[in-house]
Amino acid sequence: MTALLQASGLTAFYGDAQALFGIDFELNAGETVAIIGANGAGKSTFLKALTGLVRSRPDQIRFDGQAIGGLPPGEIVKRGIALVPEGRRLFASLSVEENLLMGAFAQRPGPWNLPRLFKLFPILEQKRALPGTSLSGGQQQMVAIGRALMSNPSVLLCDELSLGLAPIVIKEIYDALPTICAEGMSAVIVEQDVAMAQRMSRRIYCFQEGHVALQGASESLTREQISQAYFGV
Amino acid sequence: MLETLLQGMLLGGLYCLFALGQSLMFGVMRLTNTAQGDFIILGAFAAIAGMNALAALGWGHGSAPLMVMLALLPLAFGFGYALQRWVLNGTLGRDPLPSLVVTFGLSIVIQNLLLELFSADPRSIETGGLNTASVALPAGLAIGVLPLAIFALALLATGALQWLFNGTRLGRAFRAVSDDKEIAELMGLNSNTVYALATAIAFVLIALAGVLQGMRTTVSPADGPLLLLFAFEAVIIGGMGSFWGTLIGALLLGITQQIGFRIDPGWGIWVGHIVFLIVLVLRPQGLFPKTRG
Repeated sequence: MTALLQASGLTAFYGDAQALFGIDFELNAGETVAIIGANGAGKSTFLKALTGLVRSRPDQIRFDGQAIGGLPPGEIVKRGIALVPEGRRLFASLSVEENLLMGAFAQRPGPWNLPRLFKLFPILEQKRALPGTSLSGGQQQMVAIGRALMSNPSVLLCDELSLGLAPIVIKEIYDALPTICAEGMSAVIVEQDVAMAQRMSRRIYCFQEGHVALQGASESLTREQISQAYFGV
Repeated sequence: MLETLLQGMLLGGLYCLFALGQSLMFGVMRLTNTAQGDFIILGAFAAIAGMNALAALGWGHGSAPLMVMLALLPLAFGFGYALQRWVLNGTLGRDPLPSLVVTFGLSIVIQNLLLELFSADPRSIETGGLNTASVALPAGLAIGVLPLAIFALALLATGALQWLFNGTRLGRAFRAVSDDKEIAELMGLNSNTVYALATAIAFVLIALAGVLQGMRTTVSPADGPLLLLFAFEAVIIGGMGSFWGTLIGALLLGITQQIGFRIDPGWGIWVGHIVFLIVLVLRPQGLFPKTRG
């Protein structure tokens, strides 16, 4: 079976500084995969490369059988990969509803629309007319997830959903993930909380300094293996 | 006193049209177009050239200014789009200097081109008597038909622009790209096209302002920088990124200038600058700021 999304030997640079040194990665249809690793390990850069925000060579990323590396971000979202960016990054001068509608700019057909999102996160319907950035952190994260879902992706990339949120809010957000993926959507979650990453995913990749240091089935990896891959002792 | 206020408001309407394009371009892409005034003058001269061409074809009667204006607006849209897409987009970035230098260069080019083509003589657009027609008001006041029409157009343009920004899909795209270009592109927007559309709309307003300036008074190739100054002052007084703010700023500038002219004919513009400086010192973000960051 060929993977839905595949990176092979993926390299990425910020100017002269190399951030990724040949990442091999696979995501199958309907699967949730977690990426863990220390700060600066290249997790966010990897997601940015997948969405076209960081340049890469065409054949280094294949999606649905086609080479998509180096395509502009707008083209990649139209093909079905959406990103919930680190730090949420809502549009400050747009209301909650307008932020969500921005996600629909790619005009991909699919199950997600405003009524359905408001059913998933009812609080957003109450606050639809408020500026997106006036909401609490957890609610902003819901808007960011909703904005990505509005493009009806087949792959949802989530970059540190728990960043800066209270544990109870993190739980609420992650509780929604199985519902979101219930219809066969694949997801990649980048997460600092290793226990959460193991619980939410089928497989885990651990990044270290731009390499894949460890990968395997989520429940089979031991604490020792993970901490070794994390810190490279 | 009432008359001075009234005339000042009407003058402010014209300044508002000078400034709206500037306000739009700054709001969407933080681009300060230092050739704004020269493009307004270029618009006026384009209309004069169009009138001359029509007259040469034997079509010099009353509807000519309107026809020329209607033909000029779509041209300005296309010109603005092309200018942004293929010239100004290349100057955008964290550093504001490249765009300032390029638009400043354009300003010099336009001034000299107009000087070469039309000489330094002041000219105006023949309106068939519209520029001297007036309506009588109670209490012995009379106001010009043309300034009144300009004021109405200014209100209309401000309202239309605010609606475009807040109520349409394109406006949403303008604000999204202004907030966070990278994420907007992630949503499928092409920021180069969005920028080009913003400048295209700004140039329609610039052409409109140019034609009206040419109808109301005279224009000469070196007039641009002063108009830029008025546009700037209106935008800064009103607060960056708010069109109603720009309108209020323009009205305030018009009224103060008119009061200055009333005190001494040499004082009008100077008093306008003083009020601008006072606002800049006391409230540097302007009266109704909308732009963040």
